[in-house]
Amino acid sequence: MMMYRMKPALIKPLVFIACLFPLVFGIWAGFTDQLGANPIEEITHRTGDWALRLLLITLAVTPLRRMLGWGWLLRVRRMLGLFAFFYACLHLLTYFVLDQFFDWDEILKDIIKRPYITIGFSAFVLLVPLAVTSTNAMMRRLGKRWGQLHQLVYVVAVFGILHYLWLVKADYLLPLIHAAILLALLLVRVWYQRQSLPARRAAPQTS
Amino acid sequence: MLIKRPDDIKPSDITDEKIYHQRRAFLQAGSRAALAVAAGAVVPGLMFPGEAAAQVAALQFKKNARFSTDEEINSLKDITRYNNFYEFGTDKKDPAKYAHTLKTDPWNVRVEGEVEKPADYQLEDLIRESQLEERIYRMRCVEAWSMVIPWVGIPLSALIKRFKPTSKARYVEFTTLYDPAQMPGQKRGVLNWPYVEGLRMDEAMHPLTLLAVGLYGKVLPNQNGAPMRLVVPWKYGFKNIKSIVKIRFTETMPNTTWNLSGPQEYGFYANVNPEVDHPRWSQSRERRIGEFFKRKTKMFNGYEEQVASLYSGMDLRRSY
Repeated sequence: MMMYRMKPALIKPLVFIACLFPLVFGIWAGFTDQLGANPIEEITHRTGDWALRLLLITLAVTPLRRMLGWGWLLRVRRMLGLFAFFYACLHLLTYFVLDQFFDWDEILKDIIKRPYITIGFSAFVLLVPLAVTSTNAMMRRLGKRWGQLHQLVYVVAVFGILHYLWLVKADYLLPLIHAAILLALLLVRVWYQRQSLPARRAAPQTS
Repeated sequence: MLIKRPDDIKPSDITDEKIYHQRRAFLQAGSRAALAVAAGAVVPGLMFPGEAAAQVAALQFKKNARFSTDEEINSLKDITRYNNFYEFGTDKKDPAKYAHTLKTDPWNVRVEGEVEKPADYQLEDLIRESQLEERIYRMRCVEAWSMVIPWVGIPLSALIKRFKPTSKARYVEFTTLYDPAQMPGQKRGVLNWPYVEGLRMDEAMHPLTLLAVGLYGKVLPNQNGAPMRLVVPWKYGFKNIKSIVKIRFTETMPNTTWNLSGPQEYGFYANVNPEVDHPRWSQSRERRIGEFFKRKTKMFNGYEEQVASLYSGMDLRRSY
């Protein structure tokens, strides 16, 4: 609610800085030996965590907007989504460079043979067209098809959570919490769709 | 090069009584000191392993170069802050943060099953008749990371001989303490508590198998499985059961905790084997903590010469 009082011009820079914070903090942690005994593993986990969290935050924009009437949220949704993609890129780069050090043979084997990597990599691949078509120009060019294409974000979210679930050894708590949040976000959407069913025929789906 | 089986105890090996009393005092002082540091004003999260180690008593031991690797030893800091000890939480940093609530003194160990005389032992009773040795072993986790660790302990075979197992004893089963008040991670059912592990008798009697009570020349820190843990260096780390309270000799193969949790993924034998992948990840390489590039994993974690004969004729793909 405070955001209404704030200058609209400040909202995006603030969110931008907030989204960069995990990266900045991570780099600082790296230099101050706070990444633990296995820093590559820690970086892999943190970048993955933030990719998934930002994805869920992005998916929370529309439900929050509808429930609380926070119109300003829509303006930062693209930025949040792109930051999710940004951390996903860092996560993938960490895996390619720090973990496997460009061993493409091993990487290919991993992607083909290890289900949690197959699904994780697929989630990333599906994010690429979403990132590429995030510009205003693309939105205009694709028109109605833009909304259809960006339904893929639900698939990405599901794949991301399965990736998480399939890599833990025994402690399923955090992956299941993420799954519960995603489920809640999807259910809210379904509920709103049911509410506005007559109106849907008039306006294109922007979810 | 065959490892000779250790001979019977020579008169020169018997602990001098003065050293025996010193050792008792050291162990008691060590665990009390560790507890004092933990229970004191120090905020658990800020306590560095180094501080605790400085307060913990040094152990008297002899170095066993014959069984030690000359690879670079990992730092005490890394060994004591990167642990899988789900009894204190499932994050690698959790044991160092939370294991201070474990009371390691007094420590009772029950020995039962196929033995001549089942009995309860105090920790000091178990180790007093053997000379403590330092052995520098590789440790390979099933998650594909590894360390080199300077353990201090006694060969398990020495203890087993004392217990006099009957002819029906084909396996040894170990059990960890179960006490959620001391081990808060046990309040969650991530694994079936208490933690149970086991070895075949010939694996338990093997000269490499160690019962460790110390690390880096000092009493074992809580997060590393104090006061007494198993070290079987040719197997994945989860076989190295920590904070042992029961040793039971059995006829049948023990039901081990990780095997119960994931029967397709964690077997009884759990021998380090780069040719048999974990269903969800490769075991052909590992990250040595402290190094950037991954290493090729060695058969039996590099102890193939010493232990391969235990498994001749076995299909290690099926007996994983």
